[in-house]
Amino acid sequence: MKAAKALVFPVVLIILAEIGARAGGPSDSVAPPSEIFATFLDALRDGSLLAATRDTLISAFAGLLVGAGLGLAVGLALGSIRTLDRLLELALELLRPVPSVAVIPIALVALGFGYSLEIAIVAVACFWPLLILSRAAVRGVEPRLIEVARALRLSPLQETLKIVAPAALPRIFVAFRLAAGVSLVVAVTVEIAVNPQGLGYEAMTAGQALRPALMLAYVAWIGVVGYALNVLLILAQHRLFGQAGRVEAAR
Amino acid sequence: MNGSEPALIEFREVDLAFGDHLVLGKLSFAVRRGEVVCMVGSSGSGKTTALRVASGLIRPTRGEVTFAGAPVRGPRRDVAIVFQDYSKALLPWRRAAGNVALALEAMGAPRAERRDRIAALLKRVGLAAFADKYPSQMSGGMQQRLQIARCLAQEPAALMMDEPFGALDEMTRQTLQDEMLDIARGTGATIFFVTHDLEEAIYLGDRVIGLKPHPGRVGVELAVDLPRPRNQVTTRESPEFLRLRHKLYDFIYASESGART
Repeated sequence: MKAAKALVFPVVLIILAEIGARAGGPSDSVAPPSEIFATFLDALRDGSLLAATRDTLISAFAGLLVGAGLGLAVGLALGSIRTLDRLLELALELLRPVPSVAVIPIALVALGFGYSLEIAIVAVACFWPLLILSRAAVRGVEPRLIEVARALRLSPLQETLKIVAPAALPRIFVAFRLAAGVSLVVAVTVEIAVNPQGLGYEAMTAGQALRPALMLAYVAWIGVVGYALNVLLILAQHRLFGQAGRVEAAR
Repeated sequence: MNGSEPALIEFREVDLAFGDHLVLGKLSFAVRRGEVVCMVGSSGSGKTTALRVASGLIRPTRGEVTFAGAPVRGPRRDVAIVFQDYSKALLPWRRAAGNVALALEAMGAPRAERRDRIAALLKRVGLAAFADKYPSQMSGGMQQRLQIARCLAQEPAALMMDEPFGALDEMTRQTLQDEMLDIARGTGATIFFVTHDLEEAIYLGDRVIGLKPHPGRVGVELAVDLPRPRNQVTTRESPEFLRLRHKLYDFIYASESGART
């Protein structure tokens, strides 16, 4: 019942789009949903859609792993070592406002077209949320637990593994989810802007070739991929941090 | 104090300052091995600070604290601290058994022994049936029992208890008081117990030390000559209990009105 209600609005929207697009006659920028869907099935059948999806996801995931991994390592270090944090604070605050896509010209010169360019830009974009949020997560660990660690004379490694990491992990995973969303957005952006591969590039060239149905099929598919990614990560979060997540929510 | 019995914990003219603010001033007292010493004082008198200094969590600004004759330079595994805010002092992502295991892991106890020792410790504090529960699924009293079990896993020579029952309801508090005395007798651990509840201090202690505030220093020291095991009804009704209670109330009242002027 609830699901049916939620579907009403999108279905009405699609029907209106169908009527509107048909009434307007042939266009270079819009196409009726039925045609978009038919084109989508064609692209799916000839493999071009899947190849483009694979290219985009490879770049997005590789960039996410590299960027989030580095961001996490630096964030954990800055969160636990005050001196290091003070030392790097200014440099990081100066670098942070640089938009990740502004790094494209540098990366293009250094790396050329292809996966490595896109991975590098995605990594830059994913680096920051992990750094900022994991640093905050480490600092946000209940001070009493740190005292318990001291009272038990845990070694720094034990303290990190047994107290700090599990306490900070649920929040770090939220940062990871955020970064995963960013990774897809940035990968597609890089493809649209410069990199001749993946979903963004296909959508772009379809538009330039005056094939609105194909272009819109790609755009819609990018939305579906992003949605699926988020659902997967939310499921993973509930599985991994069910109990700790509930505790966090109760506070 | 009696010179023939060695002090386990000894404060010698301890000053503790946070910036310009002197919290403890020339605080001197001793706790003998096996003794239960309760420290009371109005809020802000520095009793929790004294416990933190005794535990090695903070270093004194001046003066010396010794444990078994050696200067205290930091926390020790044979000194266990029971914090008042039990819900914050437990790992919410570990079950009861896992929380006790933390202390055993810190001690480097052999893996093979851990299971049995955890079971025994949980049984000792009445949580045998709750080994698989998370702290968030337990009542306040059960959580504090769990924290005590973790502290006992350290096999402590001394238990430092910072208003451990302050946040609990009266019934639970009295039950835990008796259980704690039982445990203390069983392990022979020395107990340094900080509380703002004067009756609790007399009920539990072999001695009660009252702190005078601003800065915190010893204002009164009472030997509690009440027979053990103590009883929540008869002990609290005995003339000696009432005499000590009267004396302690007078002291706290005097020190508080003195602080106000």
